[in-house]
Amino acid sequence: MGVRSWFEGWPVYRQLTGTDPLGRGAAAKSDGSRALTARTDTADSVARSVCPYCAVGCGQRVFVKDGRVSQIEGDPDSPISRGRLCPKGSASKSLVTSPLRQTTVRYRRPYGTEWEDLDLDTALNMIADRVLAARDETWEDVDAEGRPLNRTLGISSLGGATLDNEENYLIKKLFTAMGALQIENQARI
Amino acid sequence: MAEAHPVGFQWVMEAKRRGAKVFHVDPRFTRTSALADSYLPIRAGTDIALLGGVVRYILDNELDFREYVVAYTNAATIVTEEYADTEDIHGLFSGFNDDNATYDQASWRYQGHSQNQTTRDSETQRETAAGLENESHGAPVGGETERDETLQHPRCVYQILKRHFARYTPEMVERVCGIPQEKFFELARAWTENSGRDRTGMLVYSVGWTQHSVGVQYIRTGAIIQLLLGNVGRPGGGVMALRGHASIQGSTDIPTLFNLLPGYLPMPHHANHPTLDEWVDSIAHPGQKGFWGNARTYGVNLLKAYWGDAATADNDYCYGYLPRMTGDHGTYQQVLDMIDGKLKGYFLLGQNPAVGSAHGRAQRLGMANLDWLVVRDLFMIESATFWQNAPEIETGEIAPERCRTEVFFLPAASHVEKEGTFTQTQRLLQWREKAVEPPGDARSELWFFYHLGRVIRERLATSTKPRDRALLDLAWDYPTHGPTDEPSAEAVLREINGYDVATGRPLASFTEMKDDGSTVGGCWIYTGVYADGVNQAARRKPGSEQSLVAPEWGWAWPANRRILYNRASADPDGNPWSERKRYVWWDADKSEWTGYDVPDFEKTKPPSYRPAHDASGVAGIAGDDPFILQGDGKGWLYAPTGVLDGPMPTHYEPVESPVRNPLYRQQANPTRKVYTHPINTLNPSPPQEHSQVFPYVFTVSRLTEHHTAGGMSRTVSPLAELQPEMFVEVSPELAALRGLSHLGWAHLVTSRAAVEAKVLVTDRVTPLRVDGRIIHQVWLPYHFGYEGLVTGDSANDLFGITLDPNVLIQESKVGTCDVRPGRRPRGQDLVDLVVDYRRRSGNLVHRYPPMVTTDVADSSSDQEA
Ligand code: SF4
Repeated sequence: MGVRSWFEGWPVYRQLTGTDPLGRGAAAKSDGSRALTARTDTADSVARSVCPYCAVGCGQRVFVKDGRVSQIEGDPDSPISRGRLCPKGSASKSLVTSPLRQTTVRYRRPYGTEWEDLDLDTALNMIADRVLAARDETWEDVDAEGRPLNRTLGISSLGGATLDNEENYLIKKLFTAMGALQIENQARI
Repeated sequence: MAEAHPVGFQWVMEAKRRGAKVFHVDPRFTRTSALADSYLPIRAGTDIALLGGVVRYILDNELDFREYVVAYTNAATIVTEEYADTEDIHGLFSGFNDDNATYDQASWRYQGHSQNQTTRDSETQRETAAGLENESHGAPVGGETERDETLQHPRCVYQILKRHFARYTPEMVERVCGIPQEKFFELARAWTENSGRDRTGMLVYSVGWTQHSVGVQYIRTGAIIQLLLGNVGRPGGGVMALRGHASIQGSTDIPTLFNLLPGYLPMPHHANHPTLDEWVDSIAHPGQKGFWGNARTYGVNLLKAYWGDAATADNDYCYGYLPRMTGDHGTYQQVLDMIDGKLKGYFLLGQNPAVGSAHGRAQRLGMANLDWLVVRDLFMIESATFWQNAPEIETGEIAPERCRTEVFFLPAASHVEKEGTFTQTQRLLQWREKAVEPPGDARSELWFFYHLGRVIRERLATSTKPRDRALLDLAWDYPTHGPTDEPSAEAVLREINGYDVATGRPLASFTEMKDDGSTVGGCWIYTGVYADGVNQAARRKPGSEQSLVAPEWGWAWPANRRILYNRASADPDGNPWSERKRYVWWDADKSEWTGYDVPDFEKTKPPSYRPAHDASGVAGIAGDDPFILQGDGKGWLYAPTGVLDGPMPTHYEPVESPVRNPLYRQQANPTRKVYTHPINTLNPSPPQEHSQVFPYVFTVSRLTEHHTAGGMSRTVSPLAELQPEMFVEVSPELAALRGLSHLGWAHLVTSRAAVEAKVLVTDRVTPLRVDGRIIHQVWLPYHFGYEGLVTGDSANDLFGITLDPNVLIQESKVGTCDVRPGRRPRGQDLVDLVVDYRRRSGNLVHRYPPMVTTDVADSSSDQEA
């Protein structure tokens, strides 16, 4: 190693003589960091998305590598957010990849003291059974004067503000056809 | 805003850089206050008194934007002489009915109108949250109005407003809100000086305004100011609601709400809407002006979208299949019904009421008394584990081996694992692309509900019961794809948009909808989002390559319009009010409306257009009536009908307050929605006795680092680390008074619960001088619960349940409490503590605060200004 390259290997020298007087870019790089590439450069694909927390609706770019989310960043194209994300939006990757996420169906039987496992298809069918039974037991055809009611007050539902419009549309459509009126979400809160 | 909508706040800072003055009004000094030009601490629950003071300041000094006010608002309209004001009846309006605590709105009507065409009585409207719905429908005010454009007639709205707000003087603002007069003047001067032809002022609010027993009237007071100052429908103006969830606007437009159908059509009421015709007439109000005149079209298109080929003109498009409301079916009524054993099954879809709803104990005891509960979420939230980990386990009120609720936890897909649209706070739909497959059993709600519907329909396939027809005839054939048979979100969006039945061509605008069954459309206000068969919500033209309005990023309802009622950005003749505030204007050469945004007006209706004497619907709107959904085309300073707690806002104290209302004998909102139920105990307030048992005011809000009930933030390590602990902010004065030490423990007690928190002694909360005495306020975040990486007691456990009468939203931004040093007791001792407080405050279970207090005169209230 010559004296010159030894000097240039010294960050303070590069900071004082180079184009990075604040020492926050090129001057501060080591051989190791120079060789790094951003996760965003090596992604297999990028999805245009939107932050799932508040209603500002900041744009997100979701980077995917090997079928997994490798990074989520603010979308600089968004006229709403201009690439920025707040602490929550910035934590979106931690949200979707959190080890605490439940990925299997859990079931607690009446008077049970522990969770049990349940197959998704079985759960769906059990829920369909219970919906139909509750509906039958609490069905109201008409009121005291014979006017139509067409409903059940035995079933209710809460939530929707974190979901997609298409999802809320199907939820409302199905519950309405079922006669289940008592559908509410965060907008009531 | 800097705390809860941080990235949106960048635009406030941009405006500030260009010279805008920023005022922040909040009980607590926040990051927003730190960046504002001026901060006004306020007693929680007194905003109408402050805003009313501004209204009075404007009117007394004639600082209103007179041309705008005369032409575009109902200031000139004359009201019947039967009307009597809060000035005359100690804080009540005329028409109050003691029996059911509602108003007969007849005496509020416009002069010359024989009667309001209200189809539901006020009690039914309150029970079915129909107050605001009427407002969005343009409440029924058919026919022409008598006007005095000099604004001198003693019964014109302008003069009524002036009398109504006469007592909201700067001295009174100080007495009620604890805001010093010089601070008030600074705000009032800046607001009025920055409004008019050349300048506009903007008002921003959030749930700090809605979660009150008078919440709708807070917002109306803000709207009155903005109308008086000409700040509605103009760039840089408006009343901006900052909403708190990614698609809470969408879930209101396409409502998962009991009282609405998509596009703000009302869910039918058994007595008022027995037939399609009666339902349609109750929305359109034949003879009334405006776009709701086409209600039949919107309704028929929805019914066709629901029931497809089965819906025909002969069967009234299956209108008969719709379930009927008989009263209040809202979330709080449901919870009390659960406690009473009336409900069998409950779905929770990304919502966590055990932490996020008022009166957490009622929520948890309700869930512990169901047949079954289905929780669909990303994480194991408190509402899924109440049977195991709720605080009621420790007190013995819930025991797993005695709790019969069967619980299904189904993991949900996250926002990157499915495609679809969110509607954000400015009504903008943005499509999200799917990045990855959901893990394991996780599925979208689209998948779950599509397949639940499929299974249910298969079970019923051979049923002959009439009740099952609505399910069997349902149009439910969405294409699916992939290994899990995921339904196509784009196909659903296309149905929401609407299409021509014969050709399948997507509709470009709701004006293309027909009322004869030849078109289908699931939500008329969203029509256009799939115009030309293109997913307009997926548009992503970079903001840097567009105008400031950025019309090619996403799609806003209605018709991709970014500012509503923007006809008001031009003067009555159609010219911009000023060059500086040019936005939408009439191009006389081309004979059409044009501008930077999509004009919110019929494109070729000239400013000079005047409707024929008997014109109704859209034809009834004059060329200079910008408020095209209102029955008279005007912005309402005074609501002749539709707002259940009065035609104008009035300051009432919160239901729980340590203060006797300094303005009127009437203490609290006389029409508020009350639930008398053994679990719903309320703290006493003046003029009742024992209010001193709960001497302090508490309020709650969000932290930047957490989200609502914590289900998406206390489970995420960087966020949990940033805000790891439940805490309460108290002033140094209160800390000294109650012996609290910084970083030590305190607990707060109400007649519902006791909640503990770490103490943060800080000047961010300050004692206020109110009506001659010092009022202490404390503040808590409401994000904590017993699951997740970081845990703590839930602030919402402290609240009781009292609702706004118009929209049935609970008062959970203000309550009274006691504050004590140290940790709260555990187990039975905790129950005993709360019971003891209830006993000391007079055991109010059977003695709810009186609705009407106008017969209680005392020295401090009902000042004659
Ligand atoms: S990044 Fe922050 S401000 Fe933007 S939408 Fe997400 S939570 Fe809201």
